[in-house]
Amino acid sequence: MTGKIYITIKGTKEGLVFLLDDKCDFTLLLDELNSKLDKHVQQFTGPIVHIFIKLGSRQLEEEDKERIRSILRKQGNLLIQSIESDPPVVDPNLKLAPTLHTMTGIIRSGQTVEFEGHLLLLGDVNPGGTIRCSGDVYVLGALRGTVHAGKDGDVEAIIAASLMKPTQLRIAEIISRPPDEWTSAEPWMEYAFLREGTMAIDKMTSLSRQRKEVMLFRGV
Amino acid sequence: MGEAIVVTSGKGGVGKTTTSANLGTALAIMGKKVCMVDTDIGLRNLDVVMGLENRIIYDLIDVAEGRCRVNQALIKDKRFDELYMLPAAQTKDKNDISPDQVRQIIESLKPDFDYIIIDCPAGIEQGFRNAIAGASQAIVVTTPENAAVRDADRVIGLLEKSNFPSPKLIINRIRPNMMKSGDMLEIEDICQVLAIDLIGIVPDDEYVIKAANSGEPTVMNVNSRAAIAYRNIARRILGETVPLTQLEEKSGMFRKVKKFLGMG
Repeated sequence: MTGKIYITIKGTKEGLVFLLDDKCDFTLLLDELNSKLDKHVQQFTGPIVHIFIKLGSRQLEEEDKERIRSILRKQGNLLIQSIESDPPVVDPNLKLAPTLHTMTGIIRSGQTVEFEGHLLLLGDVNPGGTIRCSGDVYVLGALRGTVHAGKDGDVEAIIAASLMKPTQLRIAEIISRPPDEWTSAEPWMEYAFLREGTMAIDKMTSLSRQRKEVMLFRGV
Repeated sequence: MGEAIVVTSGKGGVGKTTTSANLGTALAIMGKKVCMVDTDIGLRNLDVVMGLENRIIYDLIDVAEGRCRVNQALIKDKRFDELYMLPAAQTKDKNDISPDQVRQIIESLKPDFDYIIIDCPAGIEQGFRNAIAGASQAIVVTTPENAAVRDADRVIGLLEKSNFPSPKLIINRIRPNMMKSGDMLEIEDICQVLAIDLIGIVPDDEYVIKAANSGEPTVMNVNSRAAIAYRNIARRILGETVPLTQLEEKSGMFRKVKKFLGMG
């Protein structure tokens, strides 16, 4: 066996801890395990030794764990206590992909709908009606009421509507009052977004230049 | 079994009571047995519009509290044998009756009538809840004003929540000239926002005020344009297909010439 060592064996009070490298190829680990056991065969005879196997960040299928067990079983006095992986690390910067809720109906005056994630509304939002979402809001219909996208502060959120004639739009902390601030109601689909802290409106076809994280159609 | 229809609007002054009185009377003209119920307790008007104020002996609250039977409280109209009304109380308020009590009273009326027209008070509180309790169908009245359309929208939302599957819309007090010049909301725009079936449009007509003051329902006068509109709505309630009232006002010679010259 030449080159890098992928398995470190440590003795503890409870028994032996096998620290397995979690970056290398799994077959390398199996090879090394075999050779290590052959090499130190004399050390592994005698009284029962408890073995704790730590896989690091490597996640193994039951089938692969069984392959490790079968190698160790060749030494009669080795008793496997556990085969463990570290719990998967959650990157705090990595947001869980927001769910897309789909809803049909008319949000009428005095009615409010609130969602965590994105909302696709198949219907209208009438004046006096309100949608509040932590993500994006897409209205497949006329938006005449109030929409607050990114209500928890997501400045990347957008508001899209087939007919954009809102009473008020809010993205994160920014509030805009059409038609005092801008007018629209073009016959094509538009979306509202924040450009340097102010509300901007553009036609839907421009979204692909702004949004990079959604699956982008590049043509066939 | 009769059908109970509530006439409501949210906003006040758009013509709920006028509509109730005229639809009730128009249905009676067409030979139906009709009872109109005024649920605007404390601010009753339907009896005044119908000219029946001086015939009131018992009212809705008396029936609810068991001081009389429902038949004793019904007032027969002076024009039609098959038209009745159940007046509201004037001394109490909306909280003196519950939706359940109204529902029971309406149920007890259903076997005897073809149509029960319930006149709803303005607002969306207890009075509104009382009025819609016994009804199975709703007519929403609005006028071509933003405020009225907003309130109608709110009421439609509440009706849908209360399991009225398809409320019908009446747009009242239309001024064709203002609509043409763009100073008034278009019928099409209103229908687009409210997204419910339009059952009729009623032009603004001074005769309606005169008729209400004299206690004579507008529909009795066939020369009134509003009367024709209300009769058409009644026919649509009966299931007939009637085209919408023509809004074009009869234009005089002078206007025709202007139009011809491209100035109108």
